[in-house]
Amino acid sequence: MFALDDLAKLFELTVREDSLAGGLTVTARTQSIVLTPGQSLASVGGRLISLPAPPTRDGRSWFVPVDFVPRALAPALGTPLELRKPSRLILVGGVRVPRVAGSVENLGALVRLTLDVAPQTPHAIAQDGNRIIVKFEAETLDATLPALSAPDLIQNIRVGDGASVVLDLGPRFGSFRTSDLPGDRGSGRIVIDVITQTTAAPPAGTSPAAPPSTSPPPLLDLAPSGGIRTIVVDAGHGGMEDGAHGPGGTLEKTVTLSVAQRLKSALEARLGVRVILTRDGDATVDLDERAALANNNKADLFVSLHANASVRASAAGAEVFYLSLEEYGDQAQRVAKGETEALPVFGGGTRDIEVILWEMAQARYIEESAALAKEVEAGLRERVLMSPRAIQQAPFRVLVGANMPAVLVEMGFITNAEQERQLVSEPFQSSIVQSLVDSIIRYRDKLASPRPAGPAAAPARPGGGVRP
Amino acid sequence: MSRRMLVIGAVATLAIAGGWWLAARVSSRRTSAGQAPPTTPAGTTVAGDARKITATLYFVSEDGMALVGVQREVPFGETVLEQARQIVTAQLAVAPGPLVSAIPSETTLRALYLTERGDAFVDLSADARTRHTGGALDELFTVYAIVNALTTNLPAVKRVQILIEGKEVDTLAGHVDLRHPLQKNLKWVKTEKGDT
Repeated sequence: MFALDDLAKLFELTVREDSLAGGLTVTARTQSIVLTPGQSLASVGGRLISLPAPPTRDGRSWFVPVDFVPRALAPALGTPLELRKPSRLILVGGVRVPRVAGSVENLGALVRLTLDVAPQTPHAIAQDGNRIIVKFEAETLDATLPALSAPDLIQNIRVGDGASVVLDLGPRFGSFRTSDLPGDRGSGRIVIDVITQTTAAPPAGTSPAAPPSTSPPPLLDLAPSGGIRTIVVDAGHGGMEDGAHGPGGTLEKTVTLSVAQRLKSALEARLGVRVILTRDGDATVDLDERAALANNNKADLFVSLHANASVRASAAGAEVFYLSLEEYGDQAQRVAKGETEALPVFGGGTRDIEVILWEMAQARYIEESAALAKEVEAGLRERVLMSPRAIQQAPFRVLVGANMPAVLVEMGFITNAEQERQLVSEPFQSSIVQSLVDSIIRYRDKLASPRPAGPAAAPARPGGGVRP
Repeated sequence: MSRRMLVIGAVATLAIAGGWWLAARVSSRRTSAGQAPPTTPAGTTVAGDARKITATLYFVSEDGMALVGVQREVPFGETVLEQARQIVTAQLAVAPGPLVSAIPSETTLRALYLTERGDAFVDLSADARTRHTGGALDELFTVYAIVNALTTNLPAVKRVQILIEGKEVDTLAGHVDLRHPLQKNLKWVKTEKGDT
């Protein structure tokens, strides 16, 4: 949520509270936006626009959902406003600030850096001494760059002057090659392979951007994404909420973040999808915000990572949860069965609409979530110890608002001394990540192949309209 | 005015019905007192006049993977509300070994309310959150030990919502949605051999 007062200062708005009608009138230049408490709607110059949540009041201040900015304020101001939630940026007007998400894969003789650039932006790649510079035609970059584990080949990847990404090369650098691939929805992908001296690759350190003369190592798994383009990975707890504690002092929030970051890199590298973390540091994030982040980014999957705890020190094993609806009453269960209501729509006619509270969005995805949970459970079982309660349904708060298939994975019991050691170890975390990646690929492939029966896999979603 | 009278009348009827039901339970307990109590742990059998009922309470199993229902003697309460308080108080007490309590130690019952619809609001001290292990499974056990203890033993209680320090909470430890009253759910309960 944004405080309306802050937006008013930033965009020179006037806010008037109509105590009689109980409404709020926000005037932006000549246009006015009318908000009504309790209603997830805004009227912009007489046109109704839906918002993910109603405006709320806290003391003397009013708060509006973040999507108020692109959906209501932008049309009122007549200026494009783009909201970048993960990087907390509001872009005003037509500035070019492409999003650059990097990931690194160590392929033995070479290190492959993949940069996903959205929207696709003209760029030039050149070597300058012991650096490779990717210069974009843009004002600045909104970059998320990966950490490295091959310092003798690439010492550092950073954002350079202007709008550029700089690779500082290490002593074993031999050559590099690049390729551009089109990405999804107008995005672009730049792949830079940095090759060591010892390989039979092109001569060292001379010609930049040498054409790929040798046959490349296994390429990215660019199989059709099967409807999965964006995955939100939720690192459980964080900030003021430690989550569970291990007997050796390990905190659940540390483990979940570490695995989430690894999972992001692995999913990006192997599936070529966009992965968004609900937190990329030790931050307190509300449970509602986690689902909202996934919804606002139109994520196709939501995976929440946790470590379990028990009053019994011996309890051990991984568990997979998806939402149970029985706790949420008849309405949620009706929606899960695909029942709709025909409602009149603006502009005449009627439309079949699934009437459900936004906070129970998950009800429509129970079948898909069950299928995903099954794959995840099978994937984990191949690599890690499972609890006797390996797959379960529960009324979990973080899942209920997710408007896409969603599962919660308990990776192991942090209260078990042996499992605590595993949870912080690289091999165990890698096993979890590998299992999850394999499971998601299997789920994706099953989605892509025609199903024998049952409802459509991806029903239309509410609250769309503006591309995040 | 007459509506208020009607409401008071309804509450009174409910209280009388509840009291009658409990009386029936107590008398049935007394008639079976000659036989050995089924699985009542040693040391808790109270002979004589102190009126008790037998209630099923829920504790964490030895492997930590389920709740186990155990028959325990609980002080008799004159009304459904009073009986509900006694049951929750007993549920918060130390578990009979080798079981352990699903509810964090030192948690106390601050208040308990009952609505006409059969929703019980159980207001616990902050210890239920601050002393929680933080595990999702444990959280389910904490919640459903209380929900099931009330709904299993008191048919007048249909649903239970847990409050902390008088306030509604999202969750106890970050997982189980506590924004709505919850119904009885026995899927977290393991049926033990010899115990019904």
